[in-house]
Amino acid sequence: MMGTAASAAIAVRMTGISKRFGAVAANADVSLTVPAGTVHGLVGENGAGKSTLMSVLYGFYQADSGAIEVFGVPATIRNADDAIALGIGMVHQHFMLVDTLTALENVMLGAEPHWLLSQSDAQVRAKLETLMASTGLHVELDTLVCDLPVGDRQRLEILKTLYRGARILILDEPTAVLTPQETEQLFGVLRLLREQGTTILLITHKLKEVMRLCDQVTVMRGGRVVEELPIANASIEGLAEAMVGRKVQMGRLEEACRSVGDYLLQAKHVTVRDAMNVLRLDDVNLSLRGGEIVGVAGVSGNGQSELLDVLSGMLAPTEGSLTMGDTSFGAGAWMDPHAARTLGVAHVPEDRHARAMVMDFEAWESAVLGYDGLPQYASGGWMNHTAMKQATATMMERFDVRPQNPALRSRSFSGGNQQKLVLARELGQAPKVLLVGQPTRGVDIGAIEFIYSQLRAMRDAGCAVLVVSSELDEILALSNRVVVMNQGRIAGELPIEECTEASLGLLMVGGGA
Amino acid sequence: MSAVKALPRWADLFLLPVVCLGVALLAAGAVVALVGQHPVEVISVLVHGAFGTARGLSYTLYYATTFVFTGLAVAVAFHGGLFNIGGEGQAVLGGLGSGLAALWFSAFLPAWVMLPLMAIAGALFGMAWAVVPGFLQAYRGSHVVITTIMFNFIASTLLVYVLVNHLRPSGAMSVESLPFAESAKLPGMHEAFAWLGIEWPSSPLNVSVLIAALACVGVYLFLWRSRAGYRLRAVGSSPGAAHYAGIRPQRQILVAMGVSGALAGLVGMNEIAGVHGKLLLEFVSGAGFTGIAVALMGRNHPVGIVLSSILFGALFQGGAEVAFEVKGFSRDMVVMLQGFIVLFSGAMVYAIAPLVARALSGVTGWMPRGNVQAGAGGSHG
Repeated sequence: MMGTAASAAIAVRMTGISKRFGAVAANADVSLTVPAGTVHGLVGENGAGKSTLMSVLYGFYQADSGAIEVFGVPATIRNADDAIALGIGMVHQHFMLVDTLTALENVMLGAEPHWLLSQSDAQVRAKLETLMASTGLHVELDTLVCDLPVGDRQRLEILKTLYRGARILILDEPTAVLTPQETEQLFGVLRLLREQGTTILLITHKLKEVMRLCDQVTVMRGGRVVEELPIANASIEGLAEAMVGRKVQMGRLEEACRSVGDYLLQAKHVTVRDAMNVLRLDDVNLSLRGGEIVGVAGVSGNGQSELLDVLSGMLAPTEGSLTMGDTSFGAGAWMDPHAARTLGVAHVPEDRHARAMVMDFEAWESAVLGYDGLPQYASGGWMNHTAMKQATATMMERFDVRPQNPALRSRSFSGGNQQKLVLARELGQAPKVLLVGQPTRGVDIGAIEFIYSQLRAMRDAGCAVLVVSSELDEILALSNRVVVMNQGRIAGELPIEECTEASLGLLMVGGGA
Repeated sequence: MSAVKALPRWADLFLLPVVCLGVALLAAGAVVALVGQHPVEVISVLVHGAFGTARGLSYTLYYATTFVFTGLAVAVAFHGGLFNIGGEGQAVLGGLGSGLAALWFSAFLPAWVMLPLMAIAGALFGMAWAVVPGFLQAYRGSHVVITTIMFNFIASTLLVYVLVNHLRPSGAMSVESLPFAESAKLPGMHEAFAWLGIEWPSSPLNVSVLIAALACVGVYLFLWRSRAGYRLRAVGSSPGAAHYAGIRPQRQILVAMGVSGALAGLVGMNEIAGVHGKLLLEFVSGAGFTGIAVALMGRNHPVGIVLSSILFGALFQGGAEVAFEVKGFSRDMVVMLQGFIVLFSGAMVYAIAPLVARALSGVTGWMPRGNVQAGAGGSHG
């Protein structure tokens, strides 16, 4: 009796999965059981092994030991094709779509049912339309992917996997790029899919979403499963503690009524047109005062990056002006990053890999990036290696960068440790204005706590801090005042007391306040 | 998912080139065997010809000197993110610069003024020839690979024009200038050794081998000890990070190309001032291109470049010896061997590196770092 009935109800059973990369056990004796027709959350810090586990299930890696059963049948999954044949589909965090093809063509790509394109087109379209009608995943099939909004692209990814017959759907951080409203829509779709019998595996670090959507949750840490429990027995605090292995304080601390200082930076009528003459920033006015953290919320790509670039001197605006203390710049003669630094603007860029560090450099070389001309580091055109390494060692000590070795390559540090080193560098010269883009992207929870405390300390020291983040929770946890951007404009500005996910979300999509 | 697995530094710098060289020799040996020759015999004649006698060693080092200059030129540009294919043309112009200085001033300037002047003129001419493509790249976006190739052609034609129409003594049949005065002749190493009381056979090896050694040290100090070099490398490895740091990439492109061209321009010191004592055609004869292979094989580091220059010098010298000694073995076979080395140390290195990494991790339990990150790196939210 036990036999067929029970195992048929189990969509995925992974038992004793171990996967080593050299000396590191990415997965150590991991077991995971997912009943069919449920949403199963998989949470853990970066490097906890959840992606490795899903990569094993999707055929990117072969486990060193352990067994996989899909719908009760032992399975060997050597590559993604095997996985798809078994009905496993994966939606990656970074979409795997061809921008210059239409939505329909993207679904068809690699699975054309007929050698004549027009025939394929018709067949796929018919099938997709039934699928869209039954699941509520609606996408304009003839629009180029590059013209689709992010939420539609994600729906398209899900459609693509369903079209190929996926009954088990792996979603990797699906809400990272979505507005709260889009997230809500996505969850609606996922709930509907669950009702229709699809099994969903959700990799995420947003515990709130786990609590709202999942039926069961597995917490991984250091390559092992540390907790597996039905959602009814789970709490955000408990999950966070299980992930990190100790208590964490994430939320907003007491905001005593503090005095805000003078205006340290005032940008007026800043407008940026790119090389294609597209408006990226549209008449933005922003003032930063000492002793406050201003959060910039918005869906990615609505001008936040350009705002950071303009304020840090990396991009000269088409129009507008900037005043810092006694110094002013007009659009024609904008400061360069070096001038900005000299004026006391520190900048933690959004893109750590392309900008904040030179990944091929040793840590100490990255730790002086932009500051290599300081008198303590250089004399007469020669670099003082000893002083630079010494300073880096001090930074690493103060900001708890691990491993504490200035001679390691920048790329060999984890995201959190890289970010801590960048922060140490940027905070080190006592800036007046601190611009921070995505302070905790790719950063472990343990490090997030530390980074927040550092940003708050800067604020308390009288620095004007601007935080751009795509995580609303982060904006809410840090800011005194929130600016919402939409299509290059400031769509609204709210004191923190009036900020809710709903009010910000509405502004993010361009609705009135 | 992971691209090339990261090797530990020592393996990257020493083991990998040696493995590549070994594979290249095996492949070349197979071809030698195919044409009915004895690979071991050929190799031993080659090695003996290159290193076995004082004279052979001198020739090897003489060739290596030229390769050090052109190899360093490629490496400096490479650290700035540029692929300077124009070493050939820059060396031609450098030789022209040194030669003109010698023809104009050697009659009345003493050697101790003349020789530095020739070196400076050569470096400046080479620099100027490289800065033009650099400028076009930096401010006009013309790709430096294309422009430097074109500048190679222009340089060789320019040299022909200057020699044929201006420098050739009237009535002379051969396309070359008048010989320089004695003050423009760089002493040979056998002369230098004789002066120190050491007996050494006469060979083209001259004092410019010391200039090459100085150039290696200079390049090392420039790239890894000076702020200018730091900024150059920042632009080369990550233009975005350099922009963020307030480094202007345009300027760094000019610096990289300028230094690169100056190094290539010093080839004239070895060939023109050290050996021929007059300006002539074909004194570079492909060394600019060999420099690309030298830099690749030497991992763009001065120490590596010295080693790979000696290797290529040995191939030139030993190859000539083999062609002379072994019946039925032509110089083309040596060129083939060079081709294999360039192929395996340049292009195939990406195919060989993962194999070496796997073999290493099997032997020592050492783990490839890149792979672990890709695997255990988790999803980045």
